[in-house]
Amino acid sequence: MSERTQMVTRPARVIGAERGVGRRRKRTRLHAVTVACLGACIAAALWGVLAGSSSLTVGDVVRTLAGGGTRAQQLVVLDLRLPRVLVGLLVGASLGMAGALTQTFARNPLATPDILGVTSGAAFGGVAAIVLAGGSYVVGSTLLGLGLPVVAALGGLATATVVYGLSWRGGIDGYRLILIGIGATATLGGLTSYLLARAQITDAAAASQWLVGSLSSVSWSSVRPVLVVLVVIAPVALAQSRHLELSRLGDEMSSGLGLNVQQHRLIVIVCAVLLTSVAVSASGPIDFVAFVAPQVARRLARTGRPPLIASALVGALIVTGGDALSRGVLPGEVPVGIVTTAVGAPYLIWLLTRRKEREASS
Amino acid sequence: MTHPSPPALEACDLTLAYDRSVVFEHLDLRIEPGQVTTLIGANGSGKSTLVKALGRLMTPSAGHVELDGVPVRRLSARQVARRVSILPQKPLTPSATTVRDLVSRGRHPHQSLLRTWTKQDADAVDAALVATDLAELSHRNADSLSGGQLQRAWIALVLAQQTPTILLDEPTTFLDLSHQLEVLRLVRSINRQRGATVVMVLHDLSLAARFSDRLIVVGEGRVLSDGTPWQVLTPDLLRSAFDLQALVIPDPGCGGPLVVPVEEEYVGSDTQVRAG
Repeated sequence: MSERTQMVTRPARVIGAERGVGRRRKRTRLHAVTVACLGACIAAALWGVLAGSSSLTVGDVVRTLAGGGTRAQQLVVLDLRLPRVLVGLLVGASLGMAGALTQTFARNPLATPDILGVTSGAAFGGVAAIVLAGGSYVVGSTLLGLGLPVVAALGGLATATVVYGLSWRGGIDGYRLILIGIGATATLGGLTSYLLARAQITDAAAASQWLVGSLSSVSWSSVRPVLVVLVVIAPVALAQSRHLELSRLGDEMSSGLGLNVQQHRLIVIVCAVLLTSVAVSASGPIDFVAFVAPQVARRLARTGRPPLIASALVGALIVTGGDALSRGVLPGEVPVGIVTTAVGAPYLIWLLTRRKEREASS
Repeated sequence: MTHPSPPALEACDLTLAYDRSVVFEHLDLRIEPGQVTTLIGANGSGKSTLVKALGRLMTPSAGHVELDGVPVRRLSARQVARRVSILPQKPLTPSATTVRDLVSRGRHPHQSLLRTWTKQDADAVDAALVATDLAELSHRNADSLSGGQLQRAWIALVLAQQTPTILLDEPTTFLDLSHQLEVLRLVRSINRQRGATVVMVLHDLSLAARFSDRLIVVGEGRVLSDGTPWQVLTPDLLRSAFDLQALVIPDPGCGGPLVVPVEEEYVGSDTQVRAG
């Protein structure tokens, strides 16, 4: 408060000379937070390689990574834990960035890619692949041929496309899109429950486990799709940063300042949908990451909207750290989706009650 | 009076509609450069719609808008934004954004991925902050400002855009009288010092008369009256356009027309009705 008073009483010419100081300080903080998050991600990844039922020392892991170690150590480190940690990082980063994009475009800190229908669509696709594939349905065997990740991704993309199409009326209005997305999510949630209720008990158990979100079944083949999508989409999303900032002034003000609002919004939605679809297809829907990661990043960096890179890093940290926690500390390998929910939900409530929010005005 | 220079903005055979409800049909209108033109009219008469169409925020159903003689649809959003700035009725105030950062957004049309922040941009922002008397508040968060200060910040943003033409949709709404005057004096000084063409929407007729070179009254999907404040503000027009019984007298504060609404029981007393 005292700093603010000081600002007010300072003469105008001094401010003229010091222009950009506040901006620079803000950027420095953002950079520091980003680097700190990156460091935390690396630490979590190392922990993820170390943590697990077969106890390895740091020396064992380093030796194995360098090409040495016993056959058993090679199997555990290179074939089981390394892909698992990598997928955790990539899925978390994708969800974190998708969440940051959605929250900014929807101008709502409570928004997640779920509001675009993409998560429920991917979940429905995944459950359909598991449940119907066991039966004698033609649809089922076709789905099985495509594989679970592909079906889940297709479900997410198809749903998002339908939601976007239904919201189109000479342009996309953010509120209409959210309402239709909520409708689609409710509908698909009902259909998913129906599939689960009709399924064989073993299929239903497998589907329920997948729905929680888990990294236990990932392998090296799961790494590539998420990696490719993240590498392609992240630069596209980052190139929209300035436009995201501008869009916070409202549709009319930002188009008056030369922003092609519809084009910008389409790019942002496509980025969020692709990132979320590929993440869900790799690990199942891991709750709360896309929701919590951007808010944590925004609070750490003290920026007006969630910063994209820091949000991705916090997401990666949450998923990798949560998975390592479940393997290294918790009994009986709890799925990471349970950990993120158990940690994420109370943390968000704590954040919301701790600080007076000004979101209502934005 | 003739104007040799092309109009700053021109509506050519413009039809504006939301879904199927038509607001204007076959409207022709010239906005002369260097003037303050104010659109007045009853609620729902389409003033804001017209301003949006002039500012490219709304696509006409038929006809087109010309900017300095060039159809706007041939220009990119960024090109238009370098020539016309528009302050809509309800811009959203972003959280955790200082006044300086907010005003800096006005430089967006002058920037690109390759050409980022320059000294010229910083100078434009500084000048806008000084002109709106916000230099001392530039480090405050925009969402902590009072209504009058915030409105000045939005006008500063528009000023930093440095466009020859400025469109303001109800820039004085929600402000008390002294802050309304403050904003309108600022608009007038922008017009006089920088020669900017200003088109605005106002509700207060006497203030519109005081600060405008030209008034345009819209209603019933067309222009009802167009001219200097004294030519436009007549008791007849006020009755037909606003359903208002009023006297128009010389404003002792500025010499322009002053609209004085009349109560029923006073009609027919010895007051003279003056029609400009």
